[in-house]
Amino acid sequence: MEASNLDVAYLALAAILFAIGGVGLLVRRNPLVMIMCVELMLNAVNVTFVAFGKMLNDISGQVIVFFVLVVAAAEVVVGLGLVVAMSRRRPGANADDLRLLRG
Amino acid sequence: MTAAILASEGGGSLGFPILPALVLVPMIGALVIGLIPRSRPEVARQVAILSSLLAGVLSIVLLVKFDTADDGFQFTVSQTWVSSVDIKFFLGVDGVSLFLVVLTGILFPIALFAAKPTNDPKGYYAWLTLLMGGCMGAFLALDLFLFFLMFEITLVPLYFLIGKWGHGRRVYAATKFFLYTMAGSAFMLVSIVALAVIAKAGDGGQVTFDFTKIIASDSLATNTGRWLFLGMAVAFAVKVPSFPFHTWLPDAHTEAPTAGSIDLAGILLKLGTYGFLRFGLELFPEASVYFAPLLLTLGTIGIIYGGIVAAMQRNFKRLIAYSSVAHMGFAIMGLFALNTQGVEGSVLQMVNHGISTGALFILLGFLYQRRHTYEIKDLRGIAKVAPVFAGIFTVVMLSSIGLPGLNGFVSEFLVLLGTFMAHRWWAVVAAAGVIIAALYLLWAYQRVFQGEPDEANASFPDLNLNERLVMVPLLVLIVFLGIYPKPVLDRIEPSVNRILTRMEEQVDRYDQARTQGGSELREVPEGGGHGEGGHGDEGEHALSVHVTTGEVAP
Amino acid sequence: MVELIWLVPALPLVGFTILWFFGKRIGEPLAGWLGTAVVALSFLTTLVVFAGLWNEPDHTFQVDYFTWIPAGDFQVEIGFLLDPLSMAMIMFVTGIGSLIHLYSIGYMHGDSRFPRFFTYLNLFVFSMLMLVLGDNMVLTFLGWEGVGACSYLLISFWFEKEANASAGKKAFVTNRVGDWGFMVAMFAAFFTFGSLNWSTITSQAPGLAETTATLIAVMLLIGAVGKSAQLPLFIWLPDAMAGPTPVSALIHAATMVTAGVYLLVRANPILAASAEWVPWAIAIIGAATLFIAATIAVAQTDIKKVLAYSTVSQLGYMFLAVGSGGYTAAIFHMITHAFFKACLFLGSGSVIHGMHDDQDMRHMGALRKVMPFTAFGFIIGWLAISGVPPFSGFWSKDEILSYALHKSPVLYVIGLAGALITAFYMSRQVFMVFFGKARWGASADAELANLDAHDTSAAGSAGDANDLGEATVAADADAGPVAVATEHHGHDVQPHESPWTMTLPILVLAFFALVAGVLNLPFTENLEFLNKWLEPVVGENQAHLGLSTAKLLAEMAISTVVALTGIALAYAIYMKKKFDARKVELPFFYNGWYIDHGVTVFMGGPGRRLFELIALFDRVVIDGAVNGVGRLSRGGAARLRTVQNGYVRWYALMVGLGTILIIAFILTQVSFS
Repeated sequence: MEASNLDVAYLALAAILFAIGGVGLLVRRNPLVMIMCVELMLNAVNVTFVAFGKMLNDISGQVIVFFVLVVAAAEVVVGLGLVVAMSRRRPGANADDLRLLRG
Repeated sequence: MTAAILASEGGGSLGFPILPALVLVPMIGALVIGLIPRSRPEVARQVAILSSLLAGVLSIVLLVKFDTADDGFQFTVSQTWVSSVDIKFFLGVDGVSLFLVVLTGILFPIALFAAKPTNDPKGYYAWLTLLMGGCMGAFLALDLFLFFLMFEITLVPLYFLIGKWGHGRRVYAATKFFLYTMAGSAFMLVSIVALAVIAKAGDGGQVTFDFTKIIASDSLATNTGRWLFLGMAVAFAVKVPSFPFHTWLPDAHTEAPTAGSIDLAGILLKLGTYGFLRFGLELFPEASVYFAPLLLTLGTIGIIYGGIVAAMQRNFKRLIAYSSVAHMGFAIMGLFALNTQGVEGSVLQMVNHGISTGALFILLGFLYQRRHTYEIKDLRGIAKVAPVFAGIFTVVMLSSIGLPGLNGFVSEFLVLLGTFMAHRWWAVVAAAGVIIAALYLLWAYQRVFQGEPDEANASFPDLNLNERLVMVPLLVLIVFLGIYPKPVLDRIEPSVNRILTRMEEQVDRYDQARTQGGSELREVPEGGGHGEGGHGDEGEHALSVHVTTGEVAP
Repeated sequence: MVELIWLVPALPLVGFTILWFFGKRIGEPLAGWLGTAVVALSFLTTLVVFAGLWNEPDHTFQVDYFTWIPAGDFQVEIGFLLDPLSMAMIMFVTGIGSLIHLYSIGYMHGDSRFPRFFTYLNLFVFSMLMLVLGDNMVLTFLGWEGVGACSYLLISFWFEKEANASAGKKAFVTNRVGDWGFMVAMFAAFFTFGSLNWSTITSQAPGLAETTATLIAVMLLIGAVGKSAQLPLFIWLPDAMAGPTPVSALIHAATMVTAGVYLLVRANPILAASAEWVPWAIAIIGAATLFIAATIAVAQTDIKKVLAYSTVSQLGYMFLAVGSGGYTAAIFHMITHAFFKACLFLGSGSVIHGMHDDQDMRHMGALRKVMPFTAFGFIIGWLAISGVPPFSGFWSKDEILSYALHKSPVLYVIGLAGALITAFYMSRQVFMVFFGKARWGASADAELANLDAHDTSAAGSAGDANDLGEATVAADADAGPVAVATEHHGHDVQPHESPWTMTLPILVLAFFALVAGVLNLPFTENLEFLNKWLEPVVGENQAHLGLSTAKLLAEMAISTVVALTGIALAYAIYMKKKFDARKVELPFFYNGWYIDHGVTVFMGGPGRRLFELIALFDRVVIDGAVNGVGRLSRGGAARLRTVQNGYVRWYALMVGLGTILIIAFILTQVSFS
C-alpha cells in the first residue's frame, strides 16, 4: 500500500482531532462540552476510517462511517437528554458535582 | 475393588429406598413447614416433630437391618444427575456412617422436644428440619459433588438459626461461623474438582465425582495426593474444629439457641471428623500417612489446649464449647493413629460426644430457661433446690470426663491406646487431658451446683416430667454404651478394617501398628510358664519409638 | 460354689440401683437397712465362695461373662479373677463395708439426704469389688475410677458448704493425676503383651526387658501414689475428712486408699522384672511418707485429721513393705490397718456425734466416762495401731520392719522412728479425748479446767494471765494449735454415748483389731497363714527373710519398747504435763510441712497464670487472627473503594489509561515484519 503524503496528512489530522477531543473530555467539566468532545472524537474516528478506506481502496471504510454516525446521533440524543434532566434538578451542575454513584 | 465396596445393592434388599427417604423426609418436612401460614405455629412444630421422628425411626430401622458382617456400602441408591460430568445422586451407608446417621435421627427430634423458639416458630422449625436433611445427606453421600452440596446446605440453616434466634452477639457469631466454614470449604471444592478430573484417567477418560470410582481408579501421584488432601483437610479442620481453626466454635455455641447448640455440637462437628475419615483416609491413604504426625499434633494440642482454655471460661456454655474442642481432639487423634483401635475409638468418640455433649447442652438449655444466664458467677447452689437436675447433670458430666462404666471412657481409651501403639508420646501427653477435663468440669459443677443458693437461685424449679423424659433416652445410651459397646463396635469394625486394609495396600511405608501375641493368651498359667505365640520368641522386647510391625492376628 | 462370685459385686449394684431410683420413697431408715443388707449378704457370699475356692487348683478361679470392648486385637472381657489376693480383699471389703453401713444408719440419722448416702456407699462397694476382682487391667481401672468418683460424691456429700465441695473436687483431680499414670501403664502393657489380662501379664512378665518393665512399673507406681495418698499426692486425703465419718472410715482408711497397694502387689512380677531402683523408689516413698505424715499428725487438733494423716503414714508402711519385697507383709498390714483404722474412725465419729459435731480435740477430754463403749473400742484400736503386742498392729508392723531391715538399716530406723511417733500421737489423741479433765460443759470449773488442759496446746503466750481471753497469737498466721487458744465456744455440750448401731460395729472391729494378728504370726511357718495363702500370687517375688528365732525375738522386743516409749512420752506430756507440748506440736507440722500450702500457691499462682496466659493467647492471637482477617478485608476494601470516587472524568481517564496499556502490551507482543 502506498501512503501518499496527503493520506498521512488526513490521518494526522484525525489523530490530532482525537487527541483534542480526548483531552477535552478528561479536562472539561461542563457536561455539554464533554459531549461535544465525545463527538469530536467520534468524528476523528470517522476521518480515520475514510482515510484508510482510500489508502486500502476498500469501500468498507466509508460504510462504517455511516454506522458510526448513527450511533453518535443516538448517543447525543441520550446524552443531551440526560444533561437537560440534570440541569433542571441542579442548575449549574458539572460532572464533578454528580457523583452519587460513588463506591 | 468397586465390586467389593458395593457389596449389597440398593433398595432391593429392603424393598424401600430407605436412604433417600432419610434425606428427603426432613427436607420435605421443611418445605411443608414453609407453606404453613404464619398464623398456625403449633402446626409447624407438629410437622417438624413428625418428620424428624419419622426420619429417626427410619434410622433405627436402618440400624436393625444393617448387615454387621458386610464391610462395604449397603442400601446403595444411585441416580444419574448430571451425566456429562458423572454426578449422581449416590447414597450408601457403611459401618462408619451408620451410627452417625442414627445419632442424627435420635438427636434432632430430642433437640426439637427440648427447646422452643423465642420468636417466629415457623422459620425456626423449617430451618431445623432442613438442617437435619442436610446432615443426613452429608453422611450418606457417596458422590463428591453431592457431599459438597450437602455439606454446604448445612451451613445456611445454622447461620439463620444462630443469627435470628440466638443470644447477644448472635450476628457476629453467625457471620463468623458461616464465613469461616465456607472459606475452608472453598479449598475442599478445589480438591474435589481436581480429584474428579484427575480420576478420569483411570476410568476410561470420563470426569467423575463418584466416590467409589475414584477410589477404584487409583491414579493419584504422590504430590498431587498430598496437596489435594490438604485442601480437604483445611475444610474439615475448620469444621471439626481443630486447633488452630477452632475459634468460631465458642462464639457460635454461646450465641446459638439451645437446639442449635445441641445439633451443632452433636452432629455438625462430626461432619468434619467423618469427612476426614471418608474423604481423607479413604481417598488419600498415602497423604494420610504422610500428614499423620501433623494431625496427631493438632489433635493433642486440641485436647490439652482446649481443656486449659475451658478451665478459664466464665460462661458455662463457652466452657462446654471448648470442651468440645478437646473431645474432638480425641477424635482426630484416633483417626490418624491409623490403626483399628484408634479409628474405631474415633468413630465411637464421635457418637459418644454427640450423646454426652448434646445432653449437656440440653441441660444448659433448661438452665437458661429458668435463669436466663450462662454466667457462672450468677449461678450457685442449684443442687440443693433441684436435685434431679443436679443428679442428671452429674451423670452426664462424669460421662464427659470419661469415667469408666459410662460411654465416654470406651472411646477415649481406644483412641489413646491406638495412638500409643502408633506414636507413643502423643498418647502420653494427650492422656493428661483427662486430668484437665476433670479439673474444669468439676470446677464448673462446684460453682454452679454446690454451695448454698442465693436469692436469685433459690427459686430454681427442678425438672418437670417432659424434661426428664427428654433426657431419658440419652441417659440410657450413656450407660448402655459404657457397659456394652460391643454391638456398636462390631458394626464399625469391618468398615474400618476395609479402609485400613486399603491403606496398607496402597502405601508401602505404612504398617498398621499391631501388637505381638494377640488375645488368645488368656488362660491361667500352670506352673508359671509362658503363654504360647507372639512374645516368647522375641525375648527381650524393647519399646521402640517408631511404628512396629507384627503378625496380623487372625 | 465359686461360680457364685458374680453375686458378690452384683448385690451392692442391685442395692445401688434400687436406692438410686426409689431411695427417696423408701426413706429413712429402711434405705439404710437395705444398703447394709446387700453388703452383708455380699459378705456372706464371699464366705461361701471362699469355701469353694479351697478346692480350686492354686486357689484360683477365673470366669468371663461377656465381651466389653472388642476392637481388633484389643479384646476386653468383663471377667473375674478370683485368686488368693482378691479373695482376701473381697472378704474384708464386704465385711468391714457392711459394718460401716450399719454404723451409718445411726450416724446419718436425720440427714435430709439419708437414702442418697447409702446409694453412693453401695456404688462404692461395687466399684471396689470390681477393682479387686477384675481379671484385666481395664476392669481394675473401671473400679479404680469408680471408687474415685464415689469418693468425690461422698466427700462432697454435704455440698452446701464450699469447703466440702472443694475437698471432693481436690480429691478427684489429684486422683486423676495418678490415673494418668495408670492409663499409660495400660497402654504400655498392651503394647508389650498384646493383652491386658492379669494372668497373661503376670505369667509373661518374667520375660520382659528391663526398660519396659521399669516403664510400666513406674507408671503403675504413679497411679498407686495418687490413689494411696503417698508423697507428693497425699494432699487430698486430709481434706477428704470433710466427708461424713463413715466415708472416712470406709473409703479413706480401709478400702479405696489401699487400692494402690493392691495394684502394686498384683503387679509384683512386673516390679520384679524392673530395674533395681524401682523397688527402692517405692520403699523410699513409703518411708518418707510414713515419717512426714506421722510428724504432721502430732500437731493436729481435729480428731479426724489426726487419723487422716495417720492413714497416710500407715499406707507409707505398706509401700515400704512392697518396696522391701514384703508383699504379704503389706497385705497383712492392709488388713489389720483396715480393722483398727476403721475402728478408730468409727470411734471418732461416735465422739463427734456425741460432741454434737464438734471435732476439736481441745474441747474434749474425759470422754471415757460418758462414752464407755466408744472409748473401749477406741482404746483397743489405739493399742493396735501403736504396735503394742499382742494386738494385730504389732504383728503386721513388725513384719514390715523386718523386711525393711532386710532391705536397708536406714529404712528400718525410719520405720522405727515412725512407729515411735505413731504411738506418740495416737496416745496423745486418746489422752486428749478420753482421759484427763473434761473441757466441755458450761460450768466455770470446766472453763478453768479448760485452761489447764489447754496449757498443753494453747497459749504459747504466758497463757496464764490471759485466762479466758485471747492468747497472743503467734506471728505465723497459719499458726498451729499454739495460737488459737481459748476460743471458747461456750460449750454447753453434754456428750453422750451413741446408739447400738454405731457402737456395735466399733466393738466388732475392735475385736478384730485385737485378734487379727493370728493371720500371720511369725513364729513358725505353720502359723503364717497369710503368707502361705498368698503364695500363688507373690511367692516367687517375695523376699525371703530367713530370720532366726533370736533375731525375731530381738526385733519384736525393740518394737515393743519403741511403742511403749511413745506411749510413755505422750503420757508425760499430756497427762502429767511434764513437758510443754508446744515444743512438740510445731506449726511446721501443723501446716503439713507446707506441702499442701505450696501446691495451692503454685496452682493459684504460676499455675493459674499459665492457664490465663493460654486463654489470653486464644482470645488475642488466634481469635485475633480470625478477626484480623476480617479487619484486613474491610480495610483493604475501604482503600480499594477510593478508586470508585464517583467522578465521571476520573472513570474516563481510567478507561483511557487502560486502553493505552493494552495497546502497549499488544504492540510488544506483535512483531513487525
